[in-house]
Amino acid sequence: MDKTPRTEPRQSWTFSREVTSEIRRAAATGIYDIRGGGAKRRVPHFDDLLFLGASMSRYPLEGYREACGTSVTLGTRFAKKPVELKIPVTIAGMSFGALSGDAKEALGRGATAAGTSTTTGDGGMTEEERGHSATLVYQYLPSRYGMNPDDLRRADAIEIVVGQGAKPGGGGMLLGQKITERVAGMRDLPVGIDQRSACRHPDWTGPDDLEIKILELREITGWEKPIYVKLGGARPYYDTALAVKAGADVVVLDGMQGGTAATQDVFIEHVGQPTLACIRPAVQALQDLGLHREVQLVVSGGIRSGADVAKALALGADAVAIGTAALIALGDNDPKWEEEYRALGTTAGAYDDWHEGRDPAGITTQDPELMQRLDPVAAGRRLRNYLAVMTLECQTIARACGKSHVHNLEPEDLCALTMEAAAMARVPLAGTDWYPGKPGF
Amino acid sequence: MCGIVGLFLKKTELRPRLGDMLTDMLVTMTDRGPDSAGIAIYGDEVDGLKITVQSDTPAEDFATLEAEFGGAGRTVRVVDTHAVLTVPRAEAADVAARLEARGLRIMGAGASMEIFKEVGRPEEVAARFGIRAMGGSHGIGHTRMATESAVTTLGAHPFSTGDDQCLVHNGSLSNHNQMRRKLAGKGVFTRTENDTEVGAAYISSRIAEGATLGEALEGTLRDLDGFFTFVTGTRTGFGVVRDPIACKPAVMAETEDYVAFASEYRAFADLPGIGAARVWEPEPATVYFWER
Amino acid sequence: MLTIDMATTALREVNATLQAQAREGGQGRFVLDNPRGAHAVAVGLDAPIEVIVKGSTGYYCAGMNKHATVRVEGSVGPGVAENMMSGEVEVAGDASQYAGATGRGGLLNIRGNASSRCGISMKGIDIVVHGNIGHMSAFMAQKGNLVVLGDAGDALGDSLYEARLFVRGAVRSLGADCEEKEMRAEHLSFLKEILARAGADAAPEEFRRYGSARKLYHFNVDNADAY
Repeated sequence: MDKTPRTEPRQSWTFSREVTSEIRRAAATGIYDIRGGGAKRRVPHFDDLLFLGASMSRYPLEGYREACGTSVTLGTRFAKKPVELKIPVTIAGMSFGALSGDAKEALGRGATAAGTSTTTGDGGMTEEERGHSATLVYQYLPSRYGMNPDDLRRADAIEIVVGQGAKPGGGGMLLGQKITERVAGMRDLPVGIDQRSACRHPDWTGPDDLEIKILELREITGWEKPIYVKLGGARPYYDTALAVKAGADVVVLDGMQGGTAATQDVFIEHVGQPTLACIRPAVQALQDLGLHREVQLVVSGGIRSGADVAKALALGADAVAIGTAALIALGDNDPKWEEEYRALGTTAGAYDDWHEGRDPAGITTQDPELMQRLDPVAAGRRLRNYLAVMTLECQTIARACGKSHVHNLEPEDLCALTMEAAAMARVPLAGTDWYPGKPGF
Repeated sequence: MCGIVGLFLKKTELRPRLGDMLTDMLVTMTDRGPDSAGIAIYGDEVDGLKITVQSDTPAEDFATLEAEFGGAGRTVRVVDTHAVLTVPRAEAADVAARLEARGLRIMGAGASMEIFKEVGRPEEVAARFGIRAMGGSHGIGHTRMATESAVTTLGAHPFSTGDDQCLVHNGSLSNHNQMRRKLAGKGVFTRTENDTEVGAAYISSRIAEGATLGEALEGTLRDLDGFFTFVTGTRTGFGVVRDPIACKPAVMAETEDYVAFASEYRAFADLPGIGAARVWEPEPATVYFWER
Repeated sequence: MLTIDMATTALREVNATLQAQAREGGQGRFVLDNPRGAHAVAVGLDAPIEVIVKGSTGYYCAGMNKHATVRVEGSVGPGVAENMMSGEVEVAGDASQYAGATGRGGLLNIRGNASSRCGISMKGIDIVVHGNIGHMSAFMAQKGNLVVLGDAGDALGDSLYEARLFVRGAVRSLGADCEEKEMRAEHLSFLKEILARAGADAAPEEFRRYGSARKLYHFNVDNADAY
């Protein structure tokens, strides 16, 4: 019997099980991995920031007695009818097609009950959403699926999508399974084909052209509606400045953790900047133009809790948008469907094949049977509850920092736990008054 | 991201009106570029070289120019923040070095070219320099919406990187950092972080190596990446080239009297005889050139 | 008939006057003088009115038109009749890039040439160009008909879906997944009808038809070069 000791089998860190499984998958299929969701890798995030709170030098507000405002007005720059929201948390654009009609209805119900807005997506405006969203933002996308002047006029705001955090510089890819008759009809496409979404708009390129496009949209809608411009987190300082110069009322900035219905995994994980790194440069651009708080900034990409909301606002955002978190509130990736997630080769919490249309939770699907699993009334109520909790959490923190409105949170109310977060948020490392790159040090 | 205008006069009688016509065109492009504006005018040719310099503090900097650089066969003309010095060609390099040593910025030099550019709205910039009163054979103007470099005088177009050569650009280059390093390796240095200046320096360096302007413009299609409409001026004419994707707008008009270029048709609205002009859009990846 | 001088009337007022016809059930005729290349002229109309534009316009003339007839007695800038729903837009001169982009219905009749990306992402509109069209025309075109009496530039119909393209002259090159198709009786009768509507002097038999080869409808690694 051989008694020679042997080393344990050692897996490569470079060629991990995940990496080698992807190589085998690519070799077998010849197509890149397409999936939904946002970046899954760990990047510096709001968790690496803490609020200082009040003590002797600052005075807190009484939790349940002294008011702490949460309202936000979007589109005060040029629009005759700005959007008034009760809470600084909005629902990000998600397309009918990626989501079922009932899921869109649930988003509308939940957001309306909470006093905030929802946003259409690549695929047009549905009755389910317009009918249940008191405030609806209509996205103007490169594909222009379902675009028409009537919906434009019955929207409360228009969001020109230049980019998305999950894929700045890229378009989408919705596979054939989800292009049902209704989806195809709204998009003027044949049923069942793979649908590619363009990465640039068909009739303008660059901020000088965008200025004219914004003029056209304002002329069509009588200068009533706020025009948002949505950007993926690429070069946030310049991109924000140019959106403002082109005439945006509101800049929506989506970091790399922001979700998508479907795009290449390589895009999601390797292009774009973390949300935390995007906010300060964007705010700086607004400040340099003298328009901070006059052109509102909405930040999205990985917002999960009232703490995240409060931190985004403290760094200079006017509001945030949630997508992935809203879907989870509706019931996406609920462990109660674990058996079915397993059957799809995944597990609750990791399911991201939103483009395949087999969502056990009945949200990212067009399958009539699966769709039935989502009760839009109950799901809408869950979303409302979740939005209420986020708002209460955000107020709790703001009061602890002595603020009577959440918009009075400032970067100086924060400290950072890591050097990375300190550098990205330009907030001092905890216990110091220094952050990397701080001038005059 | 910007507005471009260009005007090349075929008819000598129109030359006194060049600045006036070009200013109207430039002002129409204000929305495309409200940050800064600039214009290159090819006026009367001199025997020596005209050097255009700029200063942020012209009152102090320009006070002694005449005393130091004036005299027989030389002129010094101060125009707001700019000054145009005419000097014998043999002394030009020395004069330029002395001007730079004084902290003045050299906008460009040439036998006929003068360049005026500043931060501000095009109408104000044109008025400051009295562009309307300037005559010449051809000229190029630019209104800038800064993309990734600062809103400064140095970041404004046109960029000049060779005698009587200038370039304006609408679009955004995507390999200019790499090209800047490559040019620096050959001893060609740029003054700003601006992508357009790299385009200008690329063309000048190709011409210095012996290429014709046409060949240098052809070269941009191979060696520069990104989106661009370039209009380039030389002592005798001007050229136009668009990248192969050609998304950035460009329109041209030609009559018996002139050739005009602009980012948008409306810049032509006041040109004489525009109703009967041949109006067309330059093809992608195609070099156009007019010479007198 | 109401004449509006755009040299002295703000764009907002011009468009508001025309757009008000939707509410007032207007069927009138409007003349716009001195457009001088202005952008967003006669956009968002929603009534069967007729608008005559006496001169050339800038970007997005007659954008998102519904029901109205807009006749431009000059040339138009980028994106004329973009996303048109119905009605008719006629251009006496040339059209810049993106003519009829994403249009969903109605007729866009260009008597001169159209430059690049004519009919990009079109979704049901009919476009007739009496002259030539530029490169990348009908890129990702989904539905509708593009009829060209002259020549077509490079990469015609790249990544085409179900739009039908008819070209009488030469096609410099076809884009990915675009191929020549058989001209059948239904196509000839369609051409006859639309040429008559557009006042175009051409015979249906002189055209060739191009459409999607439908090879890119589902991803296949063997077609990777086309992506």
